[in-house]
Amino acid sequence: MRVAAKAAEPIPLRTTAAPAVRLGGVGKMFGDFRALDGIDLDFPRGELTTLLGPSGCGKTTTLKIIAGLIEATEGEVLVNGRPVAGPGPERAFVFQDFALLPWANVLRNVAFGLELRHVAKEEREEIARRNIAEVGLSGAEHKYPHELSGGMRQRVGLARALAVDAEILLMDEPFASVDEQNRRKFQEDLLRLLAHEKKTVIFVTHSIEEAVYISDQVAVLTRNPGRLSRIVRPEIDRSGHFDDLRRTPAYLDAVDEIWHELKGYLEDEERAS
Amino acid sequence: MTDHTTTARAPVRPDLAPAELIASALGFLRRVWVMRTLSILFVLGLWEWAGRIPVSPTFPTFTATMGALFGMMADGSLFKAYGETLKPMIVGVGLCGIFGVALGLAMGLSRRFEWFTLPVWVISQAAPMAAIIPLITFVYGIGLGAKVVAVVIMAAPIVVLNAYTGIRNVNASLLEMGAAFMATRAQRIFKIILPAASGLIFAGFRLGLAQGLTGAVLAELLITPTGVGDLITYSRSIADYPAMFASVFSIIVFASVAVTLLQRLETRVFRPDQRATD
Amino acid sequence: MTIYGYRLPPWLALGIWAALWEIVGQLDVIMLIPPLSAVFAAMGNVLLTHSFLEAIGITLEAFGIGMALSLFVGITVGVAMGRIRAVDNVMGMWINIFESSPITAVVPLLLAVLGFGMQTMVVTVFLFSVWVIALDTQVGVKHASASLVEMARSFGASKRDLYAKVIFWAALPEILAGIRLGVIRGVRGVVIGQLLIAIVGVGFLFETYSRKFIMPEFWALVLIVFGFAYGLSETIGMLERRVARYASVR
Repeated sequence: MRVAAKAAEPIPLRTTAAPAVRLGGVGKMFGDFRALDGIDLDFPRGELTTLLGPSGCGKTTTLKIIAGLIEATEGEVLVNGRPVAGPGPERAFVFQDFALLPWANVLRNVAFGLELRHVAKEEREEIARRNIAEVGLSGAEHKYPHELSGGMRQRVGLARALAVDAEILLMDEPFASVDEQNRRKFQEDLLRLLAHEKKTVIFVTHSIEEAVYISDQVAVLTRNPGRLSRIVRPEIDRSGHFDDLRRTPAYLDAVDEIWHELKGYLEDEERAS
Repeated sequence: MTDHTTTARAPVRPDLAPAELIASALGFLRRVWVMRTLSILFVLGLWEWAGRIPVSPTFPTFTATMGALFGMMADGSLFKAYGETLKPMIVGVGLCGIFGVALGLAMGLSRRFEWFTLPVWVISQAAPMAAIIPLITFVYGIGLGAKVVAVVIMAAPIVVLNAYTGIRNVNASLLEMGAAFMATRAQRIFKIILPAASGLIFAGFRLGLAQGLTGAVLAELLITPTGVGDLITYSRSIADYPAMFASVFSIIVFASVAVTLLQRLETRVFRPDQRATD
Repeated sequence: MTIYGYRLPPWLALGIWAALWEIVGQLDVIMLIPPLSAVFAAMGNVLLTHSFLEAIGITLEAFGIGMALSLFVGITVGVAMGRIRAVDNVMGMWINIFESSPITAVVPLLLAVLGFGMQTMVVTVFLFSVWVIALDTQVGVKHASASLVEMARSFGASKRDLYAKVIFWAALPEILAGIRLGVIRGVRGVVIGQLLIAIVGVGFLFETYSRKFIMPEFWALVLIVFGFAYGLSETIGMLERRVARYASVR
């Protein structure tokens, strides 16, 4: 496992291709409150990068800035080399509280992104069905959200994001509202899904284990104000059985390293207050 | 409501003890529909008795009232009257519905517009708008227009306020989701906001209907005698009290049935979290 | 809403409407709408006349007695409905029928049977307001947390204490909401009753002013009555919000 240098210097690119998303000196103020300060970060194409940190560190804010739902007050945000000016078809968002239309069934919910793009009904329903199968919800097409468990609802949210075929997937603590057992299953399923889809994923979580389990790159953020503290690349071999991942030394070392980084920071915070 | 179960006992003896009889009778009585029917019969019986005493020479018995009611139904005067009254009511409530939703949308979407117009609606909801009804004739005469205005005055505040509340309180998360998937303004309104607010909009409509009927009747009693209001005034003028009571009875029944049907529809169509608690 | 960062209070919007009223009135667009300044001037005429004071006296008396009756009956029945299933099933049906019925239609009947006096007005106010008070009281009592009731009983609370110390306070927010709505309907009732009776109270005044086309006085009276209704309901509303604050801990 390699730990990259602290993010004072520009991050060396891992791939020769340009990054899918690049943040340059991004800052965000909410009134007088500084939420983000000078974030420089690259999100390599085709990789899963996680934004990790304690609550209030600005990770969701960063994600929403990339999604174009919030505007940065300083710095530049480039997606595929072009500055961000609102949401776009190349980015799809998965929400923490699912954000499903309660009055629409699963099929319509999954097809919603396509419906907004005026895709013909037959076509979008076919695409929806395919993605519903991808996330393992075949048979539930005509159910309504209130008839589904939290885990199933999140699968619908994921299917909806996949259906629009965006290259960049933005996931905001997608498994936070799901119970522990389903959470592990989700993480495995996500890995399996991404194994044969070439997508760039930006993932937000506060769980270190989750981050290390699924990510190619973990960006650790600290709070007050939100700053990039460290980038960790867990060099884990994911070609084997997903179950065994959690016992490999690479996994355990990465978790340890990140935990110590955060622990030190949290202790500093406590001493300061 | 628990019925007595007898599965754990010995086979039923043909001669039941009195205590068991009473117990099972009470059990039957406790059934909801039984109690309600009994209460209806009680009230009607009370009415009949009061009419026979009589409480007042102008107070008819229940049977006399029913006789008059069927008479009016038979000769068609009742239906003709309702036709007259319902015309302004449907037009008025319909207008309220359309403009009410439009206004509610405008208020829900524009903070400026909301700031400007909300106080007007809040006050008119508390105020006895009926006081203005006599004025209507000066501008709209005594025709259908005047009656429609009366209906609108009475129904508009509650329709608008409910639409506004429903639209204002649309789940922010859903709106964000719409933005993330690049919904246009029109898509946002028609695919997310209006469906989400539909429960409260419908509830406002239901409440507005009751108020609108009041407006229509008031207009007929105060401005110009037509329809059901005229039935009431006319029968009073010729001292036909059974007919008068019958007309009023029919209005109460009509309103209750209409509102109950709308409530049933509301429960069937809209989700629990969407229904208004008025 | 804010302009240049300054928070504009809602009542300022009313000020703008007042200004509009003044302008429209001065322009003499419709005879019905005199300038607001004329209306305010007329208020003196309205308020200080003997007929107004007499009318207000009658109106307030009818309103007061009617509301007192409906509070007593409404809250009692509402509590009974909230605690006793059987009462709820039977009374609930009647209350729901009348709560959304046009009671206005019943007023001519009252006139025919009870005459044109105070009795009719009191009964009208009662019939307009009692249903919603009973309904909301019932809701409040039902929502009074079952665990609070159990707790009180486990500490040996007497029936009286249970109702006075626990249930009443727990149900108070909803009861106040019902009273606020009941007051609004009561005012509506007294106005409609008097419009139909047409020879007493503010209804008579409304009739007279509109018939004689004395518009400034008419609108002055409208403002007074509307102001009374709104003021009363807002006062109760403030009480309701105070109470709701502790109640939200439920």
